[in-house]
Amino acid sequence: MARIDAENWEPKILAFCCNWCTYTGADLAGLNRMKYPDNIRIVRVPCSGRVNPQFILRGFQKGYDGVLVCGCHPGDCHYTSGNYFTRRRFLLMKRLLEYAGIETGRFQARWISGAEAAKFRDTVLKVTEEIRALGPNHRMKEADDHE
Amino acid sequence: MKYSYFPGCGMEATGIEYAKSLAFVNRAIGVEFIEIDDWNCCGATAGHSTSHELGMALPARNLALSEQQRPGMPIVVPCASCYSRMKYALQAAQGSENEKLSRLIGMPVSGAAEIVSIMEAYSDPVAAEAIKAAIKKPLDGLKVACYYGCLYTRPPKVTGMENCEDPQAMDELVRLTGAACVDWAFKTECCGAGHHVDLPAESKPLLYKIYKNARANGAQAIITACPMCMMNLDMRQGAVNMAYGEDFDLPVYFLTELLAVAMGAGFGECGVATHFHPAKKLLQNLINNKEVV
Amino acid sequence: MARTGVIICHCGSNIASVVDVERVALAAGQMPGVTYAATNKYTCSISGQDMIKQAIAEHELDRLVIASCTPRMHETTFRKMLTKTSINPYMLEIANIREQCSWVHTDKEKATEKAIDLVHMAVAKVLKDQPLFTSSIPVHKKCLVVGGGIAGIQAALDVAEAGYEVTLVEREPSIGGKMVMLDKTFPTLDCSACISTPKMAEAGAHPNIRLMTSCEISAVTGYIGNFQVTIRQKPRYVNHDTCTGCGLCEEKCPTKVTNLFDQSLSKRKAIYKLFPQAVPAKPVIDSEHCTMLKSGKCGLCSKLCPLGCINFEDQEDFITETFGAIVLATGYDLIDWAKAYPEYGGGKYANVISGLQFERLVNASGPTEGHIQRPGDGAEPKTVVIVKCVGSRDPAKAKAYCSRACCMYAAKHAHQILEKIEGSKVYVFYIDVRTPGKGYEEFYDKTRADGAVYIRGRVSKIYEEGGKLICKGEDTLIGKQVAVEADMVVLETAMEPAHGSTETAATAGVSADKDGWLTEAHPKLRPVETQTAGVYLCGTAQGPKDIPDTVAQASAAAAKVLGLLAKDELETSPMISVVDAPKCSGCGFCEQVCPVKAISMVDVPSMYNGKRVTRTVAQVNSGLCSGCGACSAACRTGCIDLLGFTNKQILEEVDALWQE
Repeated sequence: MARIDAENWEPKILAFCCNWCTYTGADLAGLNRMKYPDNIRIVRVPCSGRVNPQFILRGFQKGYDGVLVCGCHPGDCHYTSGNYFTRRRFLLMKRLLEYAGIETGRFQARWISGAEAAKFRDTVLKVTEEIRALGPNHRMKEADDHE
Repeated sequence: MKYSYFPGCGMEATGIEYAKSLAFVNRAIGVEFIEIDDWNCCGATAGHSTSHELGMALPARNLALSEQQRPGMPIVVPCASCYSRMKYALQAAQGSENEKLSRLIGMPVSGAAEIVSIMEAYSDPVAAEAIKAAIKKPLDGLKVACYYGCLYTRPPKVTGMENCEDPQAMDELVRLTGAACVDWAFKTECCGAGHHVDLPAESKPLLYKIYKNARANGAQAIITACPMCMMNLDMRQGAVNMAYGEDFDLPVYFLTELLAVAMGAGFGECGVATHFHPAKKLLQNLINNKEVV
Repeated sequence: MARTGVIICHCGSNIASVVDVERVALAAGQMPGVTYAATNKYTCSISGQDMIKQAIAEHELDRLVIASCTPRMHETTFRKMLTKTSINPYMLEIANIREQCSWVHTDKEKATEKAIDLVHMAVAKVLKDQPLFTSSIPVHKKCLVVGGGIAGIQAALDVAEAGYEVTLVEREPSIGGKMVMLDKTFPTLDCSACISTPKMAEAGAHPNIRLMTSCEISAVTGYIGNFQVTIRQKPRYVNHDTCTGCGLCEEKCPTKVTNLFDQSLSKRKAIYKLFPQAVPAKPVIDSEHCTMLKSGKCGLCSKLCPLGCINFEDQEDFITETFGAIVLATGYDLIDWAKAYPEYGGGKYANVISGLQFERLVNASGPTEGHIQRPGDGAEPKTVVIVKCVGSRDPAKAKAYCSRACCMYAAKHAHQILEKIEGSKVYVFYIDVRTPGKGYEEFYDKTRADGAVYIRGRVSKIYEEGGKLICKGEDTLIGKQVAVEADMVVLETAMEPAHGSTETAATAGVSADKDGWLTEAHPKLRPVETQTAGVYLCGTAQGPKDIPDTVAQASAAAAKVLGLLAKDELETSPMISVVDAPKCSGCGFCEQVCPVKAISMVDVPSMYNGKRVTRTVAQVNSGLCSGCGACSAACRTGCIDLLGFTNKQILEEVDALWQE
């Protein structure tokens, strides 16, 4: 992969969205023709509780500048309790990243329901700007020594 | 058994009988109350109705003094008003207000000491045994209404009292003297003592209802452990009789007076002689009748 | 080597107007593992599907990526299509380039780049896809209803009427529940027993209903369509197969016991029917009070019974049966107000009674044959105070919630007192009056017009003086303290879940909220289902409600049961968790996080250093697993994985964009 060109750099953001709430909310944003930055790549998961910390670390390692985990609102989980585990894991993960010297703002979690298309759009807008402000992820990205 | 002792202003003035009888009982049962050096007024009710900080700082200073002078010793507070204020301050000292309180009184306060009422101090199994043993003139045949007033038990969040609507501690102590306690409904109702001077018309109906219910349930006398209630219930009985065209004749005794008399104290010695509402005759007759038999 | 086909959909102009689909197809063609890439105008149409089928055959494709609208739209369509081809329906991934690309972006260049990325991710994932196969589980066409109150009876009758077998389990010796204790029902004032006893009799006689009274659920295993339920039959000491219910034993029994059915207002015998119209109409012996069972003396009933039905040696019995569906209708109890409200006398005043005691007092078949008399002295009360929200809406003392039915039955009680006792006065203390129901507000209006005096405020104290009960309170509308001298006080107490109901529900895998009410799957859209598939709930087990709502919910639960029992087999989703047992360390984390209790720890034989040992490993119940993947994220050794969303598949998606 080519060296990062500081002038044309655009943040790349990886998002894990649960099938029942946030993924549906993102679809609704499309249905309503809302516009948001194209920096985000969504991975569909059945539940935010499915998101293994390994997925997040791999995202940073591979070069994503930010990772977003989205699920149902607390109390609304399709599977009753999955998002509570997400919430606890998220707090631990933040501390781990902080310990590793990663800006904690690169990793965010949001609760967005299937009806909250506008909240999804606003979240993408806000997170994209926040991560743009943090600049490219150098610290965790694996070395491109084969190039 | 030793307690750090916060007498409060009442014990040296209107509640002097309380102090006298308490001293008699303590001597008889071997309990020692050690007065906190340099204690100050708890502030009730003017303090906490003026400002929250003042209302907390005044009793907190007494807590801090006791902690300094006799660390770890429980503090006994005979007056119900003082007891309530000290309990509030204790809770504040144990919680998030600790730092503020220490700053206000200029000394550290930890809130480690326990605050107990006379009832709690005497309900201690050792003390209760000693009381039982010290009874020389049992008061069998006497039927009394135990009046706790509004501040000993409430609010339960502060006092920690479980059965705050129907307390039993005083009843149990009174029964040790041989007297019977009637089951009545006004144990914890307010007597209006706080407004006894400024709004006497407001406190009269409250007193009236207390007397009425005590008499209706067969009580011959009312027992209290609060100098404020004592003053109000004792001093104003005549005025209530006049206002309502009633003839209530309910002597009011401090719990400690009743215990002292049953332990053989003279009426002057324990304070019964100096009540507003004549209080000697009832007990005198009871004791005399027994001696005749 | 994988042979992947990639189809890029134009969706008319929905996608193609923003995304350069041809460029995406061109890029897809270069991706590793891709054999065939093309575009299509309308992929979901019949012709579009035909084109795909043709391509599969022609290019011997073994997996498929479709870049189109959201998978939530047509994943099922395309899976169905694949069943008619050589490709397994689960060897399919969909790249969402419409809702999450062409519709939300305007810059064509960037949208095209993003679409290529999304296709790349889908291709990376599809390469790790495995063929999955749905399995089917048979449905045992029998329903278990737990609780024989009006909710359970209604649900059982509805299911039985549709032709399915029902077992109705009730822990008391008779069905009927609370409704049969009531006198009249608001707002129509029809007699509660007159409308509920025919239903009880119908349930008792229905050929499809098996009544199991004096029974409790002790264990539930299995899953939807196949629950193995163990039912504990408590000893009755009377052989119900031979007993004719003649009543001689009850008549002659010398032991008198407080009658709880009459709310302690009367006595019954130690051998007894719960109430005269009990179903089954046969007696049982109360082992706690029978002198024969306690001390071996008496045995009068046994000597008198002409058919020899009495068996003092009766033991509890356990019966295990299989059911396809379970309905929980465990009902409610009233709170123990005496404990929570010492200021109302804490139970020491005989004439301060609960609403349910009043129902028995005013009931023609109750202890006073319907004459309203004070329990204390039998006198007719002239002034009655009714206190509402005793324990409801009072978090400091008891419950924070509203018990829903009390406003209406308080109005009914007021009405009945005014009607039955000439010249009587009724004062109702209330916080709010809530009458949301057909004819309810009108009934409340009528009660006030009849003369009931409503005072807005809580009663702070009740005490006895001069033979009267003094009720002190505040009239908050005029801001004054009031005291009413009453002859009798009726406390309309809060409902709480029936004792033991949360434990019973837990055995069936159903959870309860902080107050103990059973939790429905969704408060609005799945009100009678639970998180455990195949277990339904109805009536006050789910929360306080009145009779019309209870019956409606019972029929709703029955409808759900019928929908299930009408199927011969259930197709299960293959996208569930699987355990790689040799890698499992048996730590049990997965068991803790599983929301549907699908994971259990089992001991399996294994070899270690040539020796036979047993290891504890996780096992997934495929009938219960709902495919959320929580276990997989919690697993420390990575041995438990979610099919369709495996760790490998998701990691490949994450990696996709950064591969050369």
